[in-house]
Amino acid sequence: MSQTATSTGTPGAAPQEPRAARFSYFWLLLALGAIVTVSAVRLITGQDQLDSSGSLRAAILATCPILMAAIGGMWSERAGVVNIGLEGQMILGTWGAAYFTYYYGPWVGILGAALMGAVGGALHALATVTFGVDHIVSGVAVNIIGLGAAAFLAEAYFTGLPGGGPRQLSGLDRPLSITVPGLADGAESLSDKGWFFVSDVASLVSALSTNLSILTVLVFALVGVSGWVLWRTSFGLRLRSCGENPQASESLGVNVILYKWIAVVVSGALAGVGGGFLALVASSGFVTGQTGGRGYIGLAAMIFGNWRPGGILAGSLMFGYTDSLPLRSADTIHALLLLVAIGLFALAIWRFTRKQTRQAIVFGVIGLLFLVWFLTTDQVPREFTGMTPYIATLLVLAFSAQRLRMPKADGQVYRKGSAG
Amino acid sequence: MTPLRKAVGSLVAPLVAVVAAMLITSVVVALSGSSPMEFWQIIFEPPADRVYVNIVNQSSMIFLSALAAAIGFRMNLFNIGVEGQYQMASYVSAVVVGAAFVPGPLNVVLGLVVAVVTGALWAGIAGVLKVTRGVSEVISTIMLNAIAGTLVGYFMSTYGIRTGNARQTATIPESSRVPGFTPFLERDGAIWSLVLIAVLAGIAFSFVLNRTRFGFDLRATGMSETAAVASGVKVSRMIVISMLISGGIAGLIWMPAFFGSAYSYGTAYQAGLGFTGIAVALLGRNRPLGIMFGALLFAFLNEQSNRLTLNSDISQNVVLITQGVIVLAVVVAYEVVRRRQAAAEQRAVTQKLQAEPRGSGTGPSDTTEVKA
Repeated sequence: MSQTATSTGTPGAAPQEPRAARFSYFWLLLALGAIVTVSAVRLITGQDQLDSSGSLRAAILATCPILMAAIGGMWSERAGVVNIGLEGQMILGTWGAAYFTYYYGPWVGILGAALMGAVGGALHALATVTFGVDHIVSGVAVNIIGLGAAAFLAEAYFTGLPGGGPRQLSGLDRPLSITVPGLADGAESLSDKGWFFVSDVASLVSALSTNLSILTVLVFALVGVSGWVLWRTSFGLRLRSCGENPQASESLGVNVILYKWIAVVVSGALAGVGGGFLALVASSGFVTGQTGGRGYIGLAAMIFGNWRPGGILAGSLMFGYTDSLPLRSADTIHALLLLVAIGLFALAIWRFTRKQTRQAIVFGVIGLLFLVWFLTTDQVPREFTGMTPYIATLLVLAFSAQRLRMPKADGQVYRKGSAG
Repeated sequence: MTPLRKAVGSLVAPLVAVVAAMLITSVVVALSGSSPMEFWQIIFEPPADRVYVNIVNQSSMIFLSALAAAIGFRMNLFNIGVEGQYQMASYVSAVVVGAAFVPGPLNVVLGLVVAVVTGALWAGIAGVLKVTRGVSEVISTIMLNAIAGTLVGYFMSTYGIRTGNARQTATIPESSRVPGFTPFLERDGAIWSLVLIAVLAGIAFSFVLNRTRFGFDLRATGMSETAAVASGVKVSRMIVISMLISGGIAGLIWMPAFFGSAYSYGTAYQAGLGFTGIAVALLGRNRPLGIMFGALLFAFLNEQSNRLTLNSDISQNVVLITQGVIVLAVVVAYEVVRRRQAAAEQRAVTQKLQAEPRGSGTGPSDTTEVKA
């Protein structure tokens, strides 16, 4: 069975050793290893687009909406409410961002996106928490309503505005972007050199220091804040207890209904911010149907990330990267095959050292298939990267379902007083 | 609880839901600065002959879609993937029929079989993943929807025949088309003959669920999985079979339109029926008769809303809100009615128990419960 992070430490190690420090050391090594690998693949294949600053910037833009939806999903599911309605809440967010930005500027626009998303969340909470409707059923209805409401509201309010039409509103003010003077230019020129490792780090620095939207910073900050609130405060502990064992929480005096309501409304608001990001930063305005299923990808990223902020961040970055890459270069996708193969081999070796031989073999074989695919072809159809998030999630669910642990009472209808 | 009161209870819920949806829609329309009266007048105007034909055609497809979702729902299996299943099935069937391997009407049969098998296989992936690896069917079918969309898109852009800006599969031969029946004038269009598939599927659904061992097992699993297991039902086998049936029905969804008027997979393909079907299945309480009314209601709203674009400044998307609210309101209403019925039953039992002398023991209380 899965070993949780707390039990992996050697028994002899002093329990006082700060866990956070050990973790960041591990992640730092992992990040360094990843950069070295990417750099090597880039040099072998000659595909500079693989991690050019432009590619990374596009990847970050594609990551943020997925990340917000996923973190939103985490809030809701940690309190035990499955939120399939993320997509609908996100769509409401795109409209809210456009409307409020048009009249009051981008800052109010972001709040408007959160507000509209929260309305969608409240609808879901009303049905699931107050009336005890099945969570999936309510989520499907919320998606239908969100889609219809955004399309209807757009036609009612954006028709006839300058830059607007029944299905779009462009020319919106964007949230402030920051470019770190000096650092940005230096990093950009260094990344153009194509050196091993150095240029790759420079690309990353350049992507993060050039034209970085405040909203992007806010999105990543919200991930940290969510993690801190849910895992480091007593409020978060109570909220998560509602997702694990609501009857127990109730018997300890927690107002389960209230906590679930808060979680689902916050969930909707975050998904709404993700939609707002799409309308304000990732593209040049509001268009009907802009989300294109990103709410569902967010749901996938949440499961991929094991209902935890760190994993969700990793999943969203991966999905965002594969989402943005096809737009830039078709040949780069081919180089990606090698990267995937190496990643799978690394995973296989890691599993092997943990004596999980069967899984190691599975990963090794899949990695080998990718390597063969890389060596025998010249190009990969663009469409195939679009499937990456979905296939990755299916594979993760199929092969490491034992390692995933969703909140214990997730998706179950709770009734007040059921603790007896 | 008498059967009559139960029947009234299950009729009250949808009525309350429709009224609630009408109220909320009116408020939305009023808030956007248009007149709700005008809106309802346009929606409830008697449909033109052409619209009648469309309503019948559309509701047959919605009905099939809802039936596909309902069979899963009856055993607590959430097949959210109807959308992807009928897309895969429609595309593969269109390719096979377009290639005209066999002549005439035989080609139609082949096309239907291919559609059913493709839909069933695509849904089967989710079923097998659930049974062998414990993957939630909700997540896997959502993922499979997206994968189906991408795959079909890829095949269309690689092998599709270019017509202008769009691509399509080969048009099916004249002999493999299934003509419709024109109740009104020629220009008002035809009711597709394959609409009959929906009727047959509905009857089969009702028969299998209510009159066969399999149907009993399926409903038992839905009501109480532990009880079903205890009485010898192999739940994992049930899951895979129901997913296969659900996907098979899903595969048929677009077939009436395909053989009746589209003749190729391309711009004429109608997407989105999968999600409408889920909504209608919920509305109709997963029963064929209820689903039929739900499908007619949704098709009616869809078709009548086309009038809004011509005759008013109200967006026709408003009916999406109406439909969503109907679904949400109806499930809330069902839940409220169910809870009240359960409470009333419990009260009745308690009253009977209290009316009897205390010393009568536990034996007689069994009979009172049965009477209640």
